[in-house]
Amino acid sequence: MIIHHPILGPRDAQEFVYLGDASLIDRPDGMTAGVEAFHDYLYQRTNPAGEHQELWYHEQGDRSWLVVTRNTVTHEITKVELARDVARARGRTK
Amino acid sequence: MRYSGFRVIAEALTGHKGWKPVWRDPTPKAEYDYIIIGGGGHGLATAYYLAKEFRQSRIAVLEKGYLGGGNVGRNTTIIRSNYLLDGNEPFYEFSLKLWEGLEQDFNYNAMVSQRGIINLIHTDAQRDAFTRRGNAMILHGADARLLSRDEVRQMYPWLNFDNARFPIKGALMQPRGGTVRHDAVAWGYARGADQRGVDLIQNCEVTGMRIENGRIKGVETTRGYIGAKKVGVAVAGSSSKVMAHAGMRLPIESHVLQAFVSEGLKPLIDGVMTFGAGHFYVSQSDKGGLVFGGDIDGYNSYAQRGNLPVIEDVAEGGMALMPAIGRVRLLRTWGGIMDMSMDGSPIIDKTHVEGLYFNGGWCYGGFKATPASGWCFAHLLAKDESHSTARAYRFDRFLKGLMIDEKGQGATPNLH
Repeated sequence: MIIHHPILGPRDAQEFVYLGDASLIDRPDGMTAGVEAFHDYLYQRTNPAGEHQELWYHEQGDRSWLVVTRNTVTHEITKVELARDVARARGRTK
Repeated sequence: MRYSGFRVIAEALTGHKGWKPVWRDPTPKAEYDYIIIGGGGHGLATAYYLAKEFRQSRIAVLEKGYLGGGNVGRNTTIIRSNYLLDGNEPFYEFSLKLWEGLEQDFNYNAMVSQRGIINLIHTDAQRDAFTRRGNAMILHGADARLLSRDEVRQMYPWLNFDNARFPIKGALMQPRGGTVRHDAVAWGYARGADQRGVDLIQNCEVTGMRIENGRIKGVETTRGYIGAKKVGVAVAGSSSKVMAHAGMRLPIESHVLQAFVSEGLKPLIDGVMTFGAGHFYVSQSDKGGLVFGGDIDGYNSYAQRGNLPVIEDVAEGGMALMPAIGRVRLLRTWGGIMDMSMDGSPIIDKTHVEGLYFNGGWCYGGFKATPASGWCFAHLLAKDESHSTARAYRFDRFLKGLMIDEKGQGATPNLH
């Protein structure tokens, strides 16, 4: 698989480390959220067959976190964004 | 029809005209007491034990494709019970004992071959860990032996013992481990279930579940609605897709695992060998092909095919361990979809929907578990309580901090 890095261009997926569903960006507030919310955040996955937004870390490159939109049935990648931009768009400060 | 040596001779003398189809092809009835979703090894074993051991009837198995067409036909056929943790070892040892009596039990040649499995040791730390695991196995009634470097050399003198990075220092052996003809497991269970009146319904994909007042009423399928008092789901690989019909999210990700077989060779590897440090394991089939594999690809996938970097990685592992295979040609590679759970261990449990039960999360260790998985799932379905060896495989273990994490990796499914 080739991941089109928004800054570095096309890179082999082997340069990256895979973390998982990009919903991991949306961590519940540790001061207010309950055990159930953290359980769902940490352990439960939607695990779709089809389009999937996921976190890839460019370990052997610029060490940026990316949000890659990829089809889990065909492995086709349709969108690659910097995770920083995605997090900010969702209202996170960093 | 009962299979026996006498039957083979009798058929040979009468022109082989007496063989019958091994199972029926029934049309679905309007309602069953039990519906098992998934006609793979685990689903068929569940139906078989439900009918045979738990004396239940009006059972159907629904399979979206053909029987045994999923992971039971895609694995590398290894059986073993070399686990460490209390939640796992009794279950897998129960499974290995069932394997040992399986062919007599279901009157079908599954080619159960207990040729032994060894896990190679390369460091002092690994020897300590494997010694501990071997002791845990023995405490649970399984068998384990620690082999010295010389003993391993006697078995496989052509291994690369002096690899600079991973010199071989010994091995943990389970002599009762081995291999089984994987398709025959599905066929044997299917035949045994069919003989006991279970309807095996193929080309029947579940497209929805009818749930009223928190209770399962039946399932919508591509062959119409089928009512059921109890529904058991055993579709590892597609668990998230099927359980989404009941509005459930699971502690599971689907990942692709590749497997490989080489061209046929003269006898080279007697048993099963794992090279954990190099992410490689291998056995040799009766036809002579080396059957081997390594890590999962590591990203969510439902594709049943992997990518080339993992093929390269597995080949490197093989070459590091066995330089002699350098000119062996690869015959086939293929992929299967694994339910990778959050602690690397499976789930056999009730759900929040009354009458709906779940069996899945087998990671890449489902094949060896087939008999016990079927037995324990049938126990749960018939008696509404977990079998004594499967009590730890609960949904709520993540919420309660009761994970069964053999590898100690935490909630990272692609690393288990």
